[in-house]
Amino acid sequence: MKEILSGNEAIARGCYEYGVHVATAYPGTPSTEILENVARYPEIYKEWCPNEKVAMEVAIGATFEGARSLVAMKHVGVNVAADPFMSVSLIGAPGGFIIVSADDPGMHSSQNEQDNRYYAKFAGYPCFEPADSQEAKDFVGKALEISTAYDVPVLMRMTTRVCHGKGVVSLSDRKEYDIKGFERDPKRFVVLPAHARALHVKASQRLERLKQASEDISINRLEKGSMNVGVITNGIAYQYVKEVLPDANILKLGMSYPLPMNKIRELASRVDKLFIVEELEPFIEEMIKAQGIACEGMKYWSNLGELTPDIVAEGFYNAGVLKEKVAYKEQKNVIPRPPIFCPGCPHRGLFYNLKKLNAVVTTDIGCYTLGALPPLAAGDTCVEMGASIGVGVGMAKARGTGKGIVATIGDSTFLHSGMTGLLNAVNDKSGITVVIADNRITAMTGGQFHPGTGETLSGAEGTEVDLKTICQALGVKHIREVDTYDLEETKEALKEEMEREELSVIITTRPCALFPPSIRKVVKQTPFTVDLDKCIGCKTCFKVSCPAIGVTEEKTEKGLNKSKIDPALCTGCSVCAQVCPVNAIVPLK
Amino acid sequence: MNSVKNVLIVGVGGQGVLLASEILSSVAIQAGLDAKKSEVHGMSQRGGVVSSHIRFGGKVHSPLIRQGAVDVLLAFEEAEALRWTHFLKDDGVVIVNKYQLVPPIVVTQKLHYPENPVADIQKNVSSVKSIDADGVARDIGNPRLVNTILLGVLSTALDIDTGVWKEVIQARVPKGTEEMNLTAFEQGRSLG
Repeated sequence: MKEILSGNEAIARGCYEYGVHVATAYPGTPSTEILENVARYPEIYKEWCPNEKVAMEVAIGATFEGARSLVAMKHVGVNVAADPFMSVSLIGAPGGFIIVSADDPGMHSSQNEQDNRYYAKFAGYPCFEPADSQEAKDFVGKALEISTAYDVPVLMRMTTRVCHGKGVVSLSDRKEYDIKGFERDPKRFVVLPAHARALHVKASQRLERLKQASEDISINRLEKGSMNVGVITNGIAYQYVKEVLPDANILKLGMSYPLPMNKIRELASRVDKLFIVEELEPFIEEMIKAQGIACEGMKYWSNLGELTPDIVAEGFYNAGVLKEKVAYKEQKNVIPRPPIFCPGCPHRGLFYNLKKLNAVVTTDIGCYTLGALPPLAAGDTCVEMGASIGVGVGMAKARGTGKGIVATIGDSTFLHSGMTGLLNAVNDKSGITVVIADNRITAMTGGQFHPGTGETLSGAEGTEVDLKTICQALGVKHIREVDTYDLEETKEALKEEMEREELSVIITTRPCALFPPSIRKVVKQTPFTVDLDKCIGCKTCFKVSCPAIGVTEEKTEKGLNKSKIDPALCTGCSVCAQVCPVNAIVPLK
Repeated sequence: MNSVKNVLIVGVGGQGVLLASEILSSVAIQAGLDAKKSEVHGMSQRGGVVSSHIRFGGKVHSPLIRQGAVDVLLAFEEAEALRWTHFLKDDGVVIVNKYQLVPPIVVTQKLHYPENPVADIQKNVSSVKSIDADGVARDIGNPRLVNTILLGVLSTALDIDTGVWKEVIQARVPKGTEEMNLTAFEQGRSLG
């Protein structure tokens, strides 16, 4: 049977077919749909963990027990999980273990575009790079074979185009594997220095054997062509090379670490020119050049942004391989259309007021990062998951006061890695204001559960952890809740807390409008409309940046277009009605 | 079919671009072709720019279409059609929904939404079909039929059996709306 699947759906299908027992993740674009689709298979135990480090540790525990396990995260999630990622290298993967790193070249939805293949080299893991959905599924099986045979975790490096691209996949049935059970062996599983030194020797020997595996494995294959040109490529870049230079001799690397150096030498000896086409860093190129093999890569392509078939063709043109120059046409009359908060988003009232109060806003990763974009334009720093509180504390210490500094952090991000920052703020008597924008769901990635949601991916009842209680337990003295649909209440609360000398926490209480968690029922409110007789065309309502608000053809006496509200989009949150200076925005009758 | 057809579907987050491209790629596979599609999820959901590349035919390698290689550009919004016309082949076809969505930033930063995007496109493209899908959907009695109407128009520009289209649409739309969607599809075809 065949189906059209995304790379992420195919990884989930691979988990099913190749007998994975336990799969964990923290959501993050472009990796999220892996676990969402694993949820379709009752044979697999799965969970959203509070962060990537925990997800990695749970999956490690499962492989220690002899289960086949997989953990998925976005590229920067591996940074969060880097400690267990590196340490388990010495212990190995008794049951088989795959770490999926979904990299985001071009930063479609990320703060950086780090190339996580370096992590494979760092830890001494095989790196698998599927180039389409069929491979994504097949490689789960191949990676588990290597993982169990060599007792090593495998890094499955995906990229956005492979994760979200769809292609035809042939499906098979599930194969069951026994869970062997944990075999007590402290010299292996307890990485005390004395044990670790011996384990490091073994890991080093393992890497030598993996080099041979890379020579033998079928997914590192040479596709002979009629040209006198050789191309070594991997992942999505392979597809672009096949598109623009189908007659080259192509060494397609499904396993890009360690490299099959003999195969590479053989190809190099057969061709006049050897090129390396890889997305982001010259990972493969540098290792090949270090062996004294002549090749070119970054001379013709860049390590910045993602590749496209046109960029690959352009490089081959510049290298003299392709005769035809890539004809780029100009884009004309294009307007910006940045992503904005959804209609009814509870973050709108918060960031509208932060801007009004001219707060210094150290913000964080989530939908609410969009509050930094104009016209709301309230967001002064954003580093990584959980940074808002620590950065705010540091700024406050350096300037001598925390007054006026507001750290904004979402509920999922707070549970991910904000709690320790808050504990530090309490302990060091920081005077900043922390706003936890609690919409009860991980919204940016599409509405995944977290420990505050009260639901779990496996279907078991969740905990519905209370953030106020957590803050109290961490020692915060001043905690209050606000409804951000009430602009005046929100403004007053922010103003008071920003002036306070001591640390305070404000928790916003409205649930996500797009993915309302079932525990907090959203009552459908009457949508609003613009009374065109009253509208003076001042466009103040546009300052709340709502997709439901638009302009009409109807003009005022001064020639200004009046506003309108799309009743199908409006959720009735009333925020725009509260900012209208002439009360022209009224409930639709 | 050995050659590969390239279709680019574009619009604004929330308009249903991804569902439309999902249906087209399923249609291609149902018709026995190889197919790939590529799009980006995440930020694009929140009212941002959305584009989906769909390629089908004999053997498809790249999921992304090269510039100047698009056979059909289907745009759910006029300014978005303008954003992507540089991807069209010389004899490429544009199908554009008669619909304008002015982003708030255009108003707050005093930028200009193009005066007449369709006329701008017509300067460089000979085949432009402007479709009032909202109007047709209203006539049928459900504003949610816009996507299916546009797919109907798209189907006239592609060489795939209508029976396959109908089969896939019936399987993909919410239960109980099958008949309505097939009417919308036919109406779209009559406009193509």
